[in-house]
Amino acid sequence: MRAIPRLIATLALCSATPAVANPDPADWPAVLDEARGQTVYWNAWGGASATNDFIRWAGDVVKDRYGVNVVHVKLADTGDAVSRVLAEKTAGKDTGGAIDLIWINGANFAAMKKNGLLFGPWAEDLPNWTYVDVEGKPAVTADFTVPTEGLEAPWAMAQVVFYYDTARLPEPPPSMSALLDWAARDPGRFTFPQPPDFLGATFMKQALYGMIADPTVLQSPVDEVDYDAVTAPLWAFMDALTPHLWRQGRAYPQTGPRQLQLMADGEIDLAISFSPGEASAAIANGQLPDTVRSYVMEGGTIGNASFVAIPYNATAKAGAMVLADFLLSPEAQARAQDPVVLGYGTVLALDSLPPEDRARFDALELGIATLSPEALGPTLPEPHPSWMTRIEADWSARYGVAD
Amino acid sequence: MRALRAAPGLTLALMLGPVAAGLIGTLAPALGVFPALGGTRLSLAPFAALAAWPGLGRAVFLSLFTGVAATLISLGIVTLFAAGWQGTRAMAGIERALAPLLAVPHAAAAFGLAFLIAPSGWIARALSPWATGWTRPADLLIVQDPWGLAMVAGLVIKEVPFVLLMLLAALPQARPGPRLRIARALGYGRVTGWLKAVFPAVYAQIRLPVYAVLAYSMSVVDVAIILGPNTPPPLAVQVVRWMSDPDLSLRFQAAAGAVVQLALVAIALAGWRLGEIAIGTLGRRWAEGGARRHGEGAARGAGLALAGLAAGAVVAGLAGLGLWSVAGLWGFPEALPDTVSLKSWARHGPALIAPARETLLIAGAATALALALVLACLEAEHRFGLTPGARSLWLLYLPLVVPQVAFLPGVQTLALMGGADMGRGAVILGHLVFVLPYVFLTLAAPWRAWDARHATVAAALGAGPGRVFWAVRMPMLLAPALGAMAVGLAVSVGQYLPTLLIGAGRVQTLTTEAVALASGGDRRLIGLTALAQTGASVVGFALALAVPRIVWRRRRGLCGA
Repeated sequence: MRAIPRLIATLALCSATPAVANPDPADWPAVLDEARGQTVYWNAWGGASATNDFIRWAGDVVKDRYGVNVVHVKLADTGDAVSRVLAEKTAGKDTGGAIDLIWINGANFAAMKKNGLLFGPWAEDLPNWTYVDVEGKPAVTADFTVPTEGLEAPWAMAQVVFYYDTARLPEPPPSMSALLDWAARDPGRFTFPQPPDFLGATFMKQALYGMIADPTVLQSPVDEVDYDAVTAPLWAFMDALTPHLWRQGRAYPQTGPRQLQLMADGEIDLAISFSPGEASAAIANGQLPDTVRSYVMEGGTIGNASFVAIPYNATAKAGAMVLADFLLSPEAQARAQDPVVLGYGTVLALDSLPPEDRARFDALELGIATLSPEALGPTLPEPHPSWMTRIEADWSARYGVAD
Repeated sequence: MRALRAAPGLTLALMLGPVAAGLIGTLAPALGVFPALGGTRLSLAPFAALAAWPGLGRAVFLSLFTGVAATLISLGIVTLFAAGWQGTRAMAGIERALAPLLAVPHAAAAFGLAFLIAPSGWIARALSPWATGWTRPADLLIVQDPWGLAMVAGLVIKEVPFVLLMLLAALPQARPGPRLRIARALGYGRVTGWLKAVFPAVYAQIRLPVYAVLAYSMSVVDVAIILGPNTPPPLAVQVVRWMSDPDLSLRFQAAAGAVVQLALVAIALAGWRLGEIAIGTLGRRWAEGGARRHGEGAARGAGLALAGLAAGAVVAGLAGLGLWSVAGLWGFPEALPDTVSLKSWARHGPALIAPARETLLIAGAATALALALVLACLEAEHRFGLTPGARSLWLLYLPLVVPQVAFLPGVQTLALMGGADMGRGAVILGHLVFVLPYVFLTLAAPWRAWDARHATVAAALGAGPGRVFWAVRMPMLLAPALGAMAVGLAVSVGQYLPTLLIGAGRVQTLTTEAVALASGGDRRLIGLTALAQTGASVVGFALALAVPRIVWRRRRGLCGA
């Protein structure tokens, strides 16, 4: 991988062809002008109807208001979009790329940033950036500790919660050790999406937080700390837990929504989620019974932000910025936070908003299974992305090839 | 005439260009060369990394076991069924059900089966709690079992209709009626007589489709993810996982895995060929032994039961998914949903219209192109006496045996470099690579088995080669040609990775929508898109079965079976 900086330099030279001037978000009227009539291909995971509906709504509004067409390219995996940009770079297609905007965060962002696959900086010059809660929500400028440097714009906050069915599990375990006790007593009623799905890895990172004396080590790359010593208690915990998992840990749901289906089928009683509003939205859709509630464990839970980024060779950069700016608007943010729609947390600082915009948020009802911001408790920062990669790899070696 | 003579060359070039590019795109990173990721020197490090993956042995075993088991069982069921029931009403009934069975996408059939057999599935619901005593689903490992048995079942229920269709298309050329009559007259039982007198002639013609089933079953990804074990998964699934990992350095290991997968398929095909020879020798001895009957009744019953079970599983699974698409809350152990509404259809249905149109357009164009090329090749072969070597057949096979995920990124790069601009046209050409082999495999055997004396007679009556083709050969082979078209349409409708990679996500078909939605696992959406996908490919199969019957309703021998 050492050759990559050199390679990027070479590619940068090669691509110094007379390119079209890139739009400058500091000159917003010019961006709006250029964006009119453009078509933005927004590559975003397409596995949840709630987000698909939200994206359709955002596209309709942006079309009406700014004349920007939005096409939602529904991905089964964000990695597909990363692969696409990589293939375009391999083929020397440095302009006119197929992807204009990607819903991204964490390891995918880190990989694209490292390999020079992103356009920018642009995000911090968007008009609606002024409302973003940079101080109160450090995750909006540090994506899994990797500085965003204006290469991606945040649009939703997420925090780990657990949801459970009160009809079957009246008293959910308040801590990881209580979870282990409960699983040992009543085996087969808990599981998590199989790593490398992000939720499975998140479950382990969440567990790890409660087991180490000094959580700040998680902010450094794994190769700068004593990884084996830090994670020893985690693996002891996982060794104890795995035999008591659903199907004795011999099979796992592959994604969060398939985990939700297991909950709906009554196969499991407790599940992890990265969206505080997911349970409420699922109840509203008739996917879960209205006896489901969510809660957080003691000591705070991991929180992060979802972003949108523009590939370096995107075709409709101006249109993509207009869409990203709209996603940051109080109007879109309030809609995303509505539990009936998405239930995503806002990235804005509510006290910085004009009163009429603030009122949009005050008018929201939380939803039957959604915790209030106070009840959600403190958020813990995401560890450096290398933790995710390493923990996933170790989990796979220990439990992922067990049969 | 010159154009016709060039047809085989053109076809091979159209197939081989992308495949060669794809193979280079796979081999190079497997040997450490991937300039965009900083790999510039040849090395065996990717294979070393692959060998160090602790799940490799198990993944290789699963790939081989599930593929061979699914193929053996599918072929066995079809053979037993055809032996016992060819020419009967039961056969005609199953034949009528073939179209919808073939049209159900693999992933949808797999989801349907999973919903049937899971501990929280339909069968358990129907029996709970009164028979099983379960008020909650039992914690039983049925789906995703470590041996991949659920996965084998999921493959079998989809491959049985395919092999049966191939067999029905090839059957008339084997002239089963006279053969069976003679065998019966000599006192052979129906099943024994069919196996001894008809099967060898039929198998020779469906051999290539059977190989395709074997290669497909070994490298399938979607069915494996839904029904197969995941700790570890079969090799092809793991290759896909590495391919889409955010850690881009895993692409090297993924490419090495793809090369191993390719080798596995080659080994399995070689093994299968050896098996054919062994069974051929034993079978000859058995046939010459002269035994007239071998448990005829039991064999007939088993054939019908197994074929019915396979068909029933697809139908029931699809019905379950269909019910989910209109279900409100549907908890365990309810056998039926609490409420039924068209909410999901109203919410998502309109968004499927544009992809449906795109799907049919692409499938129609790719299949028409494929059929034209295949007919031109076969006709050129006939007129100019070109005998295709075994080698060119293997070349035709490459798109079917190389795991798609490994070979397509190379195709994508080629398309980008060639300036093909991510449009519908490029996607049609991409689909052609996969559609053409199936059309060829489906059509070649019946086409070649056509009795060329018909042409001699027609020529003697003064017809030129063009007239022989249009007035004699095409009409006589209408049924297999339409069958091949239907298979081609279904193959095109089902393509996911080629559409995504070559179309850059900008060409949206029912399948790209379905896979993206299915990644969420919401059964309502899966049911809805599965029905839409099935609808798209059922058109072709319905036409393939209906048209010959209508056109040739007075000529029974041309109706296809």
